[in-house]
Amino acid sequence: MIRWRRHERADTTAERFPTETLEGPLLEVRDVKTHFRTSRGVVHAVDDVSFSLDRGRTLGVVGESGSGKTVLSRSVMGLLPKKHVIREGSIKFEGREIGNAGTDEMRHIWGSQMAMIFQDPMTSLNPVMKVGKQITESLLYHLDISRTYAAELAEALLTSVGIPEPKRRLNEYPHQLSGGLRQRVMIAIALACGPKLLFADEPTTALDVTVQAQILDLLQEQQRERFMAMILVTHDLGVVAGRTDEIAVMYAGKIVEKAPTSVLFRNMKMPYTEALVHSIPKLADKSHTRLNVIPGRPPQLVNPPVGCRFAPRCPHAQEKCVHEEPPLRESDVPGHLFACWFPVGTPEGNEALARNRAAGVPAAVGRDGAATASMGSSAAELG
Amino acid sequence: MPEQPPESGGTALADEVERTGLVADAVTVEIAGVTAGVEPARKRRLGIGAWLAIVWLVGLILAAIVAPILPIAGPNETFTSIQRAQAPFSTINETGGGTTTPFAEGHLLGGDRNGHDLLSRAVYGARNSLIVGFGAIGFGIIAGGLLGLVAGFYRGKIDTVIVGFLDIMLAIPALVLALSLTAVLRGRVGDLWILVIALGIISVPILGRITRANTLVWSEREFVTAARAQGAKNWRIMTREVLPNVLPAMFSIALLGVAVVIAAEAALRLLGIGLSITDPSWGGIINDGRDFLTQGITAHVVFVGSAFIFLTILSLNYLADVVRARFDVREAAI
Repeated sequence: MIRWRRHERADTTAERFPTETLEGPLLEVRDVKTHFRTSRGVVHAVDDVSFSLDRGRTLGVVGESGSGKTVLSRSVMGLLPKKHVIREGSIKFEGREIGNAGTDEMRHIWGSQMAMIFQDPMTSLNPVMKVGKQITESLLYHLDISRTYAAELAEALLTSVGIPEPKRRLNEYPHQLSGGLRQRVMIAIALACGPKLLFADEPTTALDVTVQAQILDLLQEQQRERFMAMILVTHDLGVVAGRTDEIAVMYAGKIVEKAPTSVLFRNMKMPYTEALVHSIPKLADKSHTRLNVIPGRPPQLVNPPVGCRFAPRCPHAQEKCVHEEPPLRESDVPGHLFACWFPVGTPEGNEALARNRAAGVPAAVGRDGAATASMGSSAAELG
Repeated sequence: MPEQPPESGGTALADEVERTGLVADAVTVEIAGVTAGVEPARKRRLGIGAWLAIVWLVGLILAAIVAPILPIAGPNETFTSIQRAQAPFSTINETGGGTTTPFAEGHLLGGDRNGHDLLSRAVYGARNSLIVGFGAIGFGIIAGGLLGLVAGFYRGKIDTVIVGFLDIMLAIPALVLALSLTAVLRGRVGDLWILVIALGIISVPILGRITRANTLVWSEREFVTAARAQGAKNWRIMTREVLPNVLPAMFSIALLGVAVVIAAEAALRLLGIGLSITDPSWGGIINDGRDFLTQGITAHVVFVGSAFIFLTILSLNYLADVVRARFDVREAAI
């Protein structure tokens, strides 16, 4: 059995620990498109997304449900099925093109170079396999180590992700662990082979609020220790606020704003980003304060609208927005990209907002004047 | 909140707590119960039903193995006492009188029309019936399970081909298929193995479809993607991640299948294929007693054969439930 495993293990030491230079970004994604062929038509789940990520850095990907965050991370990792999926664009990992890599090629990268933590720790662990085994499996597969050493490593990993009594936990089944512990186990599995890039796909969504911060702190701590790059996918701007170097805001399959974290929060240009920020309930609010919501729904991605995809819900929207798609352009701060004709905090943006408010359009926004007003005032503060 | 009494020398404190009417000890006990709770739950005692089932199955299998050295008659020995006992329907009736009971002295379960001892035939029959039942279903589980697993996991063209093949097999009446299979196999292998293979092939499409349906569901689960994201190969994902989750469903159908196959063996015997009269089996006992089902006293022959099948399958199913309840590690157990 063990012999067979070793034979199966494909990585050589040289492949696993490449000695090539550490120049250039770890991950470079250029014009990636992921479309799904469905019976209703082609769904443009991810459209022309580009970004790059350096070693040891963290990118936050933010957007509401259905904005393509998860599809993007799975596209980059190559985890989407081959059938009915149209994929275009280039994905370079350590300078190597992996956009079109087959499963066999990706298998050397999965686990040992890139790993992923999934949203729901309840379903992402095998219910009939002991925790210890789930961790040692990939250790044995990727690294040339003995079974006893793998078991020791597994125990050390559990300790490092903050699981008390790791020895006992190794012999337990997932259902014997709480949600937080399970997510810690998932993190231990993902970290087992020392990946250079970690995808965390809404790692705290399924967890209790009290555990969320612990898990995020753990991720951050592990990332620093291992000098690992991380892509943190979430719908919660609060989650990414203090923990990322850069944030990409996605809407309807596109990146609509991308900036270093501090710049984004200080000087957001895209009305969608602003709306997301305002939808976070504030501690200082009185109880029973009406929550700020973004009116309407994200567009159908089968036939995405011609102009700006956020236009129907945008308080700044003008005629131009509906007909012409705004390009992703750089603001006066380097590295800050946004796609908007009437950006927040600019004269033309304020003018557009004022005009809309006077005219009571768009209807979706005009309906709740209070929300719009508070959005406007906060925008002024932030601007 | 009063302090928890320390591990050692806690009695004094506990007494004091008790005296002062505080509930701290109750809390401690509860905490102790929780931490210790996981282990004792595992060591729960088996119920009386489970023990009866174990005794029946173990006794039956042992008896079948050591049948020749047991103090019972040979399966093909003829006893005039039995024939005489069944006199009203026997040719001996004319020469010597008879009683109206099928039970003759020294024969616990009585005998059949041929004067054979039924206990002996049931014990020797257990050999054939169990071999055919488990052999055929074992064959079905391996072949059907493999096909179903591959079809459900890979889907697409492979799935279409396999499902089409299974559907074709399902469309042929089982007995006709068994008849033709026996015709092909006759002479190449022993009679018993003809039955195992023929009935095994018949059980393939049923087990295959069950496996496929469950594999489809489990392959979609996140932990399969997670395993792939860790670099696991398809074969590993199939055998380590999906199969253990699919097995319970396969086994629950398979246990029922064992009963069906044991009965089917009797049906084939009726059609003149399979085992001969000198090879006893439970299905054979039922078959032998079939003609006299309506004729009063010898109706018990059918009953004896059925009772052996019934008790065995009941024990297997009951035990399977107990085992599953005890070792089920999935979330459903909570």
